[in-house]
Amino acid sequence: MKEFVLIFRLKDIADATPSPEQVQERINWMAGIAAQNKLGDAGSSLSPVNAKTVKPDNVITDGPFTEIKEFISGFVVVKSETIDEAVELAKTNPIFKIGGSIEVREVLQTLKKS
Amino acid sequence: MMSTELLPQLYRTEYSKLTALLCRRFGLKYIETAEDIASETFLKASEIWTRDGLPENPTAWLYTAAKNRTKDYLKRTSIWETKVKDKITPDDLEEDTDFELTPEIISDSQLALIFAVCDPAISVQSQIGLALQVLGGFSLEEIADAFLTRKETIKKRLFRAKANLRKSNFYIHNLTEETITQRLNSVLKTLYLLFNEGYYSKSSDVVIRKDLCAHALRLVLILTENSLTDLSETNALLALMCYQSSRLEARIDSAGDSILFDEQNKDLWDKELIDRGNYFLVNACKNETISKYHLEAGIAYRHTTTDENKWIHILDLYNQLILIEYSPVTALNRTFAYAKVYGNEKAIIEAEKIKLENNNYYYSLLGYLYSSINTDKAIEHYETAVKLTKSASERKTLRKEIQRLINREEEKSGI
Repeated sequence: MKEFVLIFRLKDIADATPSPEQVQERINWMAGIAAQNKLGDAGSSLSPVNAKTVKPDNVITDGPFTEIKEFISGFVVVKSETIDEAVELAKTNPIFKIGGSIEVREVLQTLKKS
Repeated sequence: MMSTELLPQLYRTEYSKLTALLCRRFGLKYIETAEDIASETFLKASEIWTRDGLPENPTAWLYTAAKNRTKDYLKRTSIWETKVKDKITPDDLEEDTDFELTPEIISDSQLALIFAVCDPAISVQSQIGLALQVLGGFSLEEIADAFLTRKETIKKRLFRAKANLRKSNFYIHNLTEETITQRLNSVLKTLYLLFNEGYYSKSSDVVIRKDLCAHALRLVLILTENSLTDLSETNALLALMCYQSSRLEARIDSAGDSILFDEQNKDLWDKELIDRGNYFLVNACKNETISKYHLEAGIAYRHTTTDENKWIHILDLYNQLILIEYSPVTALNRTFAYAKVYGNEKAIIEAEKIKLENNNYYYSLLGYLYSSINTDKAIEHYETAVKLTKSASERKTLRKEIQRLINREEEKSGI
């Protein structure tokens, strides 16, 4: 069984503060994956506001927003045999309703905590 | 006769106290001696009480009798000569054969014995077996019946477990805070499983199932009586057991078959136990801790209510539960709650992803979800469940449901 990180991206900062219905949808989605015993780690949501980027020579900027249009809103780790299966799990996430996207990346064994 | 009613009841509540006191006195190395003396005391009680009638204070009678048997035992046996002698000086003998019988000592001894038995080094099945035998005085037959296992298997299992216990050097005299912290999770888990063993047992013997549940409840109650173990999780587990027990009568019909939740006669629910469940759940929620027992107790509580949003709350709790710990049962129950909130059609999509293909309950659930949508598929799933289940009573319930669906189809096409 491999592990894949699903990285969530949103365009609009307003979407990072979900409505109660959206929270419910997200939890249902995640619990649905847990019910298949395919949840590796419930992950975290990431603050879009309290964010800094640290660069060489002590240059520190506010947020990641100056350089990219989308920002990372959170991540979840799923367990599956193949990347296609992980993609199938990602497809049912409610983020697409608000124009977000999900990047699916295999966790390389060497980087994993044993 | 009075004594025939009172004795079994006293047996369950007092046996573990006597054994615990005796284990405290002899040390776990002589656990079998302790059990023998406890059993003989009850045997003697049954003889004498049947002949002479009940003593004024039956509990006190039992303690005095156990004390005397212990004295006799120490005087006459060779164990005294060869083994115990080195450990106890003659000065100890006079005073310590007098059990100290303050309520604190009794409850401390019981608590210590619970912690000794729930040793993570032995398998959970063995721990449950010991909790029944040593802490409840259940016979091998009763345990074998509850587990639907052969008596010989249970006997061997418990023999090995006890050998382990004797070797463990678990010091029963003073339970330290450190031991309690280390072992409490394992203790709670074993008592939780012990309760479930009774609650979900496939045994058709209703009496033994109730007895198992009551025993688990009593043991958790002991944990709430000591400040070191009276924690949030302990109260949550006790609340869960109270709620579940409140439905025991309604859950099993006179033939020992399970009755589905929706079809239970709610008048049979034990209101007093529900109230006690509420009391312990409030206790459990005094701090921020949320354990799986909190979530399960919360679900059981919601089941007792008639609130229109009940299933939304239940689904929410199942969602949290499955995120804490995966289990097939939780996955199936969550899907059932999902169906109650979002309808069968959406729940079928969720259910088909779960793919618990060797699980009879999985096919029962699919059968249930399809029954209002596609009768043929529903029957097909129910039939798979019939093939997979090992329980005769469940097979009966499933066949009844299949027949109901067939009749419904015939009625429809007849019109």
